[in-house]
Order: sequence, then structure tokens, then C-alpha cells
Amino acid sequence: MYQYDDYDRALVFERVAQFRDQVERFMAGELSEEEFLPLRLQNGLYLQKHAYMLRVAIPYGTLSARQMRKLASIARDYDRDYGHFTTRQNMQFNWIELAQVPDILERLAEVEMHAIQTSGNCVRNITTEAFAGVAADEMIDPRPLAEILRQWSTINPEFLFLPRKFKIAICSAEQDRAAIMMHDIGLYLYPGCDGHMLLRVMVGGGLGRTPILGLQIREGLPWQHLLSYVEAVLRVYNRHGRRDNKYKARIKILVKALGIEAFAREVEEEWQYLKDGPAQLTLDEFERVASAFVAPPYRDLSDTHLDFGTHLAENPAFARWVQRNVQSHKVSGYASVVLSTKPGAAAPPGDVTAEQMEAVAEWSERFGFGEIRIAHEQNIVLPDVSKADLFTLWHLACEHNLGSANAGLLTDIIACPGGDFCALANAKSIPIAKAIAARFEDLDYLHDLGDISLNISGCMNACGHHHIGNIGILGVDKNGAEWYQITLGGAQGKNSALGKVIGPSFSAAQVPGVIERIVDTFVRYRESEELFVDAFQRIGLEPFKEAVYGKVPQVSA
Amino acid sequence: MNNLLRLEEGVARIVADDPWQLVRDPQAARPVGAAILPLSRWLEIPSHNGVWLGPDDEVESLQPWFARLPLIALDFPSFRDGRGYSQAYLLRTRLGWAGELRAIGDVLRDQLSHMRQCGFDSFAVREDKSAEDALKGLAGMSVLYGRSVIEPRPLFRRR
Repeated sequence: MYQYDDYDRALVFERVAQFRDQVERFMAGELSEEEFLPLRLQNGLYLQKHAYMLRVAIPYGTLSARQMRKLASIARDYDRDYGHFTTRQNMQFNWIELAQVPDILERLAEVEMHAIQTSGNCVRNITTEAFAGVAADEMIDPRPLAEILRQWSTINPEFLFLPRKFKIAICSAEQDRAAIMMHDIGLYLYPGCDGHMLLRVMVGGGLGRTPILGLQIREGLPWQHLLSYVEAVLRVYNRHGRRDNKYKARIKILVKALGIEAFAREVEEEWQYLKDGPAQLTLDEFERVASAFVAPPYRDLSDTHLDFGTHLAENPAFARWVQRNVQSHKVSGYASVVLSTKPGAAAPPGDVTAEQMEAVAEWSERFGFGEIRIAHEQNIVLPDVSKADLFTLWHLACEHNLGSANAGLLTDIIACPGGDFCALANAKSIPIAKAIAARFEDLDYLHDLGDISLNISGCMNACGHHHIGNIGILGVDKNGAEWYQITLGGAQGKNSALGKVIGPSFSAAQVPGVIERIVDTFVRYRESEELFVDAFQRIGLEPFKEAVYGKVPQVSA
Repeated sequence: MNNLLRLEEGVARIVADDPWQLVRDPQAARPVGAAILPLSRWLEIPSHNGVWLGPDDEVESLQPWFARLPLIALDFPSFRDGRGYSQAYLLRTRLGWAGELRAIGDVLRDQLSHMRQCGFDSFAVREDKSAEDALKGLAGMSVLYGRSVIEPRPLFRRR
């Protein structure tokens, strides 16, 4: 993991002192609400329905055991004993007192963490996939460039008041698990024919009320130009992005208005002034940062382990967990484990108690190298577990309600906090997730259904990424009542697709039944082991529509 | 202008006797004394006057006039409108403007260090705010990861 040096440390502590002063001035009435708003947002602080919410940055989803324990201590001392992992690999605390925020930030700074730019109209947390550095299908470890981008975008004075928020993701695996096509800038890192690192740059992706997949503006960009190229994109956006309407202010709207070719020309023109200048990355800097991400001291293990094989053969529940929640590792004898935060109706997706956080920290040290990842699916990943330890870990995970064998299944629901907490939400997400989880409790059936992603957003800001769920559920407001619109056929990864609306929306009580009819339709039309998303591609929306609405869809619900 | 901060040789001070008056209205009568005018008005009466640009204006359009301009001001209609930062960057780094660059409009303490980093060297703090208080915002933080107009080398070239 990246370790702070004196510069990094000085920056986070100075930032805490600066924000402490701003909080005091706000509470003393010297700063108006309007003046304080962007200051607190750029320090991760939202004002929600019931309390302040603090969003802590987990850069590219990587945490140490020590950092996880610190999050647990914050949950205990300043919140109600739990935190919530978000779809952007961050952690949110929902019940925060404004006056205590500087102290919380200081605690975070002690373990090299912060909440800088987790909100506001600026460059947000840089994300990548949870299996970066360990995935068997990875070409290049994306973390060093993610860290370099994190530093460069942190308090970059020119780009702190952009037209709107700005999200960057980077990925370098066969399967794109970082959903890069739905980011303002998506970076795909790959080796050129001479072995040098190259970047494919995509811009203008994003969900929200105008969901659009990113479009490529550059192929084969040598890695040394990463910062200058991103700077060129940001400057074009900062100058020309719309500011008259917050719903038209994301870069995707500018890209759409100009057209991708014209936008790319603007960027290239701007970049001509920047390339080969001081922003060009040096090999020294890359190696300095990359040295923090060297492989831990893996043992020389055989890829087959006798006891592990026996457990697999004798314990079907364990075998099922291994099949769903254990990912192949690039090092022989090791695996990466997904600890599901979706135990069903018992807890909202992504919510983790302080006690669970501490348990995970302990397992990461006992079974790995003290490192933990947060997946954008809101699950926790232990990246380096020897196969010999999987059985013990599984038992412990089950005891702590983190052992559900449902990674990638219908009940691995991705959901935003929704109307229970969020001031923006039109409708609640958590009760819908719970009701669906309760309806689909039969694990054998879920496993037979195979991979189905189900995403719930409480409003069109789409924090639950409903557009790219195979089944997407969007909370909408109809004359003050909460309704839910359903989309089908969304997908993330290299074959990303935006879901199609099935028809008029449903009441909360109807949703589980509707999901059931959708799943039944899939089963009816499914060919052998076909995945839901493939079946949808083949048969289209009509059979689902018919099953849900009958022959003639009603005009409105 | 009142409530003005200016950096001189890197030191910030409050300017009590700033000679410039800001004229916002392009149709305003010919000012008495030195004025900072909207671009359209400045083109009519350039002599000894400064110019201010809004965030929609193209800074490149000023380049032919640099030799005759004593001062350029950039307007922040709202402190949340960040276009002025890129305009300042372009004026300083690309177009080579070396004269006074003044921030006007919704200019507040907590953004002053960003403005300074982007090359502003005078700051007309919003009239209802205290200039003494705003002075505290100019320094900002000691660490800049990236680069700026006043520190063109990113931290990785300085570590």
C-alpha cells in the first residue's frame, strides 16, 4: 500500500486545521450557509435528512487493517456503531455532529486517511477495481497511476470549482470491473507491443438523469502523458462546460453538444501546449509510487491443497461459497475472497458494523498481509488468502454475517442509502432491497439463476447505478408518493449497456412480485446455462413486458 | 477600489489607496480617473484604463492589447464559478501576461489561495467582508501536489 511521506502527511493535517477553522467560523456565523456549503462538501460533509453525513475517501478502494480499525473506532465513537460502503469504494457515516467533524478528520489523518474531495464540483476519489494487483486476468497493476492521479487531483487549485462533479476510474484487466465507461474519464491501461504502458482514454460517461457510456478520445497514449492529458480534458471542461443548469453540467453534456470528434480536437489542441512540459510523468516518480505496491511476500504454495479439496467435496455450502465468492489469484495457491455485505433482509447493502470491521481487520492480518479492498459492488475483499485458509475464513465470515455465498447473484443487491437517509432521494432503497432479498431466500434457486445484477437508486442521481444493473430499480416521485421504475438489460464491464425501461412504474409493495415475474420469464425462456443478460439480449424486452403487465401495457400506473 | 489585497514581491498587504474604480456598465459615462472597464467600453476609450473580463469572455482576445493594458481583472460572478481560474492560468502561462491580474466580484477568503496559485496578484475582496480577515486566506496550504502558475513544477519534480 502507498505510505505517506512528510508532504502527504503535512497536507492532510493542514487540511484538518483549515477545515476546523472553517467549521468554527460557520458556527460563529462568520460564514454563511452558502459560503460554507462547498467548503464542507469538499471535505466530504453532506447535510442529510436527519444529520450530517461524512464520506471518507478510500482511494481506489484500498485499506490497511489499521485503517479499517480506525473506521470502526469512528463508527463507535461518533456514529451508531456502523458505516456504509458506497458504490464509489468510499465509506459513509450517517449520524455525524458537525462540531465533531474536525476531530474525526484528525483521527483519519493519523492513519493516512481523509475525506478531501469526496463531494463537491471537483475531481472525486479515483477508483479502480477491487482486485487490482492480484486478479489473474490483470495486465498491469493500475494502482500506481491511480495514486499519482489522486495526488495530482487533490486540491489542484484550477479545478476545484468545476461545473459539476468529476469522476475518474482506471482499470487494466480483461474484465472491466471498475465500470470505466460510466465515468467522466475512463482510463484503460494496457501494454503496447514494445511492453510500454499505454492508455485508452474515454470521456463523457456517466449515469444520473442522462445516462451515457463514455466515448473514446485517445488510443495508445503513453503513460507519461497521463497528467497532462487529463489536465487538457479538465481545462476544456472547466472553460466550456455548462453552468446554467446543474442537470446539464456534467462533461457528458458538453461532449454530446460538441460531438466527440470536436471535443477530442479541443482536447488535443489544448494538450499540444502541455505535452512534454513539467506535467510529464517521470520514471523516477512512477517507480517511487509503484514501489509502494510491490507484491507482498507470498509463500511458495501449490495450487492444489488436499484439505481444501476435501472440504470442497464434503461441504456443499462451502463449495458454493467458493464458487461464488472466491476469485482466482495471479499467485499460485492464493485466492481473493469477497465478503458479502448482503446477508439478505438482515442488513442494508453495504452496511457494516464496527464489530464486523474489526473482525475483517483481524482476518486480513491473520490470513493475508493486512490489506483490505472495497468493491464498487459494496462488498469487502480480502485480496490474498491462501487456499488452505479458505475453510477457516468461511466459518468466521459466516459467524459474523459476512459469509453469504451470493457474490454476483440476484441478492448481491447494489443500493444507495435512499430516502431513509438521503436528502436528494425520491424514494427509499433499503426497504426495497430487503423485500427482494426476503422474496429470494432460496440459495439453491439463486445459484441456478446464475449471475444477475440488481441495482437500486433512490433517485435519478443514480448512486445505485441502476442503469447498468441487469435489473435496475429507480425510485421516482409521483405526486408525493414513492414509485419504482424498472429497467432491464443493463450491464457493466466491456460489454456495458444501459437498461431499457420496461413500462409504467410500480408501488413498493408490487416490486418484489414484479421482480419474481421477471425472473420467472427468464427461467421460462432460458437456454441451458444462459446468463440473464444474454437471454435478455436474445429475446428482448417484450416477453418480460408481457409477463409483468399482461398483453397490453397500461398507459400509466 | 476598496477592500483590496495586493501581493508585492510575494508579500500581501491591504491597499488603502487603490486608484482604480470598477465600471461594470458598458454604457456608463466616461469615467474621471483610472477605471477598469468592460471590454467593449475599453475598446472605445483604452487610454490609461484597465479592462475586466467575465467568465464567458475569451482571454485570448486581449493579447493584442497587452502592451497598452495597465491591468486586467477577471470577474467571479459567484465564488462557485471556477472559470476565472483557467482564464488566469491561460493569461499567465500561455499568453504571457505579466502585469497586474485582479480578482473581482464574489472574492472570498477561502478561495484566495487558489486564486493566488493561479496567478492573481490582487484581490478585491467582496465589500461586505473584512480585508484583514481575508488576508488569512491567502497563504493556503504548504503542500501543492500538482502544479500551478506560481509553481509550474509538480511536487514529483520537487520531492
